[in-house]
Amino acid sequence: MEQERRSVIRWLLGGGFAASVASFLYPAVKFINPPDMPEASVNEVSGGKTQDLKPNTGKIVKFGSQPALLVRVNDTEWRAFSAVCRHLNCTVQYNEARRQIWCACHNGFYDLNGKVVSGPPPGPLEEYAVKVRGEEVVISRRS
Amino acid sequence: MASATRPEGLGWLDERLGLSALREFAAHKTVPLHSATVWYYFGGITLFLFTIQVLTGVLLLLYYRPSPTEAYESVQFIMTRVQFGWLVRSIHSWSANLMILTAFIHMFSVVFLHSYRRPREITWLSGLVLLGLALGFGFSGYLLPWNKVSYFATKVGTDMAASVPVVGHQVARFLRGGADVGGATLTRFFGFHVAILPGLTTLLLVVHLGLVQRHGMSSPPWSEGKKLAQMRFFPNFFLRELMAWYAALAVLGSLAALFPWELGEKADPFAPAPAGIRPEWYFLAPFYTLKLIPSHVWQVEGELLGLMGFALLAAWWVLLPFWASNSKGDVRTRWVTGAGVALLAYLVTFSLLGYFR
Repeated sequence: MEQERRSVIRWLLGGGFAASVASFLYPAVKFINPPDMPEASVNEVSGGKTQDLKPNTGKIVKFGSQPALLVRVNDTEWRAFSAVCRHLNCTVQYNEARRQIWCACHNGFYDLNGKVVSGPPPGPLEEYAVKVRGEEVVISRRS
Repeated sequence: MASATRPEGLGWLDERLGLSALREFAAHKTVPLHSATVWYYFGGITLFLFTIQVLTGVLLLLYYRPSPTEAYESVQFIMTRVQFGWLVRSIHSWSANLMILTAFIHMFSVVFLHSYRRPREITWLSGLVLLGLALGFGFSGYLLPWNKVSYFATKVGTDMAASVPVVGHQVARFLRGGADVGGATLTRFFGFHVAILPGLTTLLLVVHLGLVQRHGMSSPPWSEGKKLAQMRFFPNFFLRELMAWYAALAVLGSLAALFPWELGEKADPFAPAPAGIRPEWYFLAPFYTLKLIPSHVWQVEGELLGLMGFALLAAWWVLLPFWASNSKGDVRTRWVTGAGVALLAYLVTFSLLGYFR
């Protein structure tokens, strides 16, 4: 009888302690988990004036909160891609000598269709549509 | 009649703090003398460099501001306007690197002297956790100046975490404080660097040093059965250790003064990763390995395969004391030495290749 009573008390005290620890930990774990910050979806941005970019050059453009790479292949041809490397998230750049897109972090190369040429990236870059409206270059997400 | 005389000086303190018990304890601790005794100093040197980190870190805290708009400028201010600021920051950065170097030397000396053997398995485990915490200090501290190289190193490092199946994205979000590396990551890393990691390290240090005291200094297996000469820990070994600390301080001071740590360019989330980017030297081996693995090996993504390889390697290394003994309890010293040499050769070769290629 005495033993049973002790056992019940031990369970009650132990359970109460465990519950109080859980009640301290739960808000702490929730606190360190960052809240979702939904961002307005961007579908179109300006890539600047046509005369700002010479043929066979590229530049990084803000596409919402992400970087995009705008490449002027020649006088009339333009390409744009997400500038986030598919390997480990670095920002890529245009390599004029090789006429390819290069990620300096782990030496990954993509062609001007965004496809992987060499190095560790596991997939192609997301390609955006480019339109020239008068003197302005407009980059938009492909539907 | 009971004596009413009051003890003075140290006697007064002894009566209240029990210093004589401490002295008694220290007097009984001895250090075995053999051809490899010199390696015993590296654990103490690592501890000394950690103390330097704490002291210089506290000084840097007086001026550093953890926000993307102010972090770089505040470090620039420390280096250009605050008296001896360049020296304090340079010592902090050099000491961090030397501390990780001496921690690695300490770890490999434990392996080659086979000091992980029973009953020191938990000492080995706590030491490895401390090394992991030191690498965590390096990774989190690297971002704090908010320069270009550190920004991309953090992007790569946290994205590696995201590649882990099932929980990866959650872990990466926790580390970044959001979807991408940004201001939230900087404040988070600052919190890890100055509060969470120091707290955990202090706790683990108490455990690690307590276990070293409990089990005493280990003698290498080849000296078993021989009667090794012993040196008293206090004051003989302790005074020699102090001289080693002075030597470490001389190396640290020279490096910090002659090669001040650079700040680099301010981070720009909308700039491409700079050419020649690479992480700190202690992450070069995995960095170069990831560079070599092709995008896909069979059906598996190269990045995931690399991470799985690192995880298996780490698990194998952590469990060293447990696979090192056979069923009779004898230590396979040749195997362990071979494994140590192989790991050391991999780390050195791939770090050099990562640095120069």
